[in-house]
Amino acid sequence: MSVLEVSNIKKSFGKVEVLRDISFSLEKGEVLSIIGSSGSGKTTLLRCLNFLEYADEGTITVNGKLLYDGSDKKSKRMKEAEIRTKRLHFGIVFQNFNLFPQYNVLKNIMLAPTLLKHGDEKAIEENAKKLIERVGLADKINNYPCELSGGQQQRVAIARALALNPDILCFDEPTSALDPELTGEVLKVIRSLKTGDSTMIVVTHEMGFAREVSDKIIFMADGVIEEFGTPEEIFGNPKSEKMKAFLSRSLENI
Amino acid sequence: METFLNVTLDLLNGFGTTVKLFGLTLLFALPLGLIFSFCSMSKFKPVSALMKVFIWIIRGTPLMLQLIVVFYGPGLAGAWAEDLLAVTDNALIQWIATWNGLDRFPAVLVAFVINYACYFSEIYRGGIESIPKGQYEAGQVLGMTKTQIFFKIVLLQVIKRIIPPMSNEIITLVKDTSLARIIAVYEIIWSAQVYIKSAGLIWPLFYTAAFYLIFNGVLTVLFRKIEKKLDYFKG
Ligand SMILES: Nc1ncnc2c1ncn2[C@@H]1O[C@H](COP(=O)(O)OP(=O)(O)OP(=O)(O)O)[C@@H](O)[C@H]1O
Ligand SMILES: [Mg+2]
Repeated sequence: MSVLEVSNIKKSFGKVEVLRDISFSLEKGEVLSIIGSSGSGKTTLLRCLNFLEYADEGTITVNGKLLYDGSDKKSKRMKEAEIRTKRLHFGIVFQNFNLFPQYNVLKNIMLAPTLLKHGDEKAIEENAKKLIERVGLADKINNYPCELSGGQQQRVAIARALALNPDILCFDEPTSALDPELTGEVLKVIRSLKTGDSTMIVVTHEMGFAREVSDKIIFMADGVIEEFGTPEEIFGNPKSEKMKAFLSRSLENI
Repeated sequence: METFLNVTLDLLNGFGTTVKLFGLTLLFALPLGLIFSFCSMSKFKPVSALMKVFIWIIRGTPLMLQLIVVFYGPGLAGAWAEDLLAVTDNALIQWIATWNGLDRFPAVLVAFVINYACYFSEIYRGGIESIPKGQYEAGQVLGMTKTQIFFKIVLLQVIKRIIPPMSNEIITLVKDTSLARIIAVYEIIWSAQVYIKSAGLIWPLFYTAAFYLIFNGVLTVLFRKIEKKLDYFKG
């Protein structure tokens, strides 16, 4: 059974159709990369999965359980408490980290599990420390976000998302806000999660990384999945003109 | 020397009222301002529109005028209500006709609290709206409730941002308390003015400046301390 099944997602902002019939599925432990030019709807798709936006149509199913059905009026008017539990199936790491500035690294990671009462204080702290070690920041545990580099902040954000044990972890251009020399450390952490059996969706402009880490790649253009396949298929043998144009453009940038 | 001592004691007496008015105004206006700011940011349009009009009126008219309205308004309304009683026996009209309004000090306090709550609410609103959307979204995707997001994530960041404008406003409040004498509340300026009439002395009035300066000096130091305390984070 797939961990995630997304079918026929549509989303418009006013008259602008941003997502036009998006469907895909994801198996446990798989890494899916979403690539595509600016404005193609990648962020919007992740936001729909995390219920920061509501899809107009389509369904989202996790572990065989229907979480969201756009045709069902009730789905769109979910109670706040219901949304909160449903969105915990997903985690998301934002482009600009969004750490809580007034808390140190440890507290940033512990805050949500503590408020959500995911176990006792001690267990939460222990788990947080383990995660901090996993992202290589054991020596920064008491530092505040303003004392960290962008790459370090992003690694904290990853640990913070992992602390709630999401079924699927989403990344929205996790390295786009970073200086080029800092992207490596973040990508390394994401790569290490793959061996740790996490199911992930990564929106990225790092073609080399997408090629290397992904099991599947979606190429989005104008709100539709223009191409879907393994890295070999997508990069080795692109079919559509849009995909070819996109690839040659991103190769130019490198 | 003896007059100086007497003047000092008299001024201290008046200053007591000044400080009391200042403290009570803060006590009520700080939380009321937060409620006002939530109303003015409400997604329910009638509430936010009404709140904005109210804030516009209060900020757009002199505090001195508001003092007079709060103190003399009920009496005036009472007189009208009494006239109306000739044609109606509506319970509300009856109540207005018999209500004697507020005493001097409570009237001043009510006017000050409403006035300052409006100013504070605009500062709060500015602070709350300046927090990046990403902070709320980070809280949301971590499964926090709206209340948790506000109190655990947003509030301290707002406090840090609004301390400079708030300290300005609060220092203005110290000086605005002198308006209370308009409806004969015996604050420090009034107690100094008594000496002009009774003894032809003008210097007690100048002397009041020392009290204001010391009080505001203490407040300034206090605010600086709070600012320092929140210096440990940026954002
Ligand atoms: N809240 C919104 N209101 C109106 N339009 C929006 C909103 N959010 C996104 N859009 C529009 O939807 C389209 C897709 O945006 P989206 O952010 O999903 O693109 P993207 O693929 O993530 O682009 P990028 O690579 O630049 O991040 C854009 O044209 C954008 O202007
Ligand atoms: Mg985007």
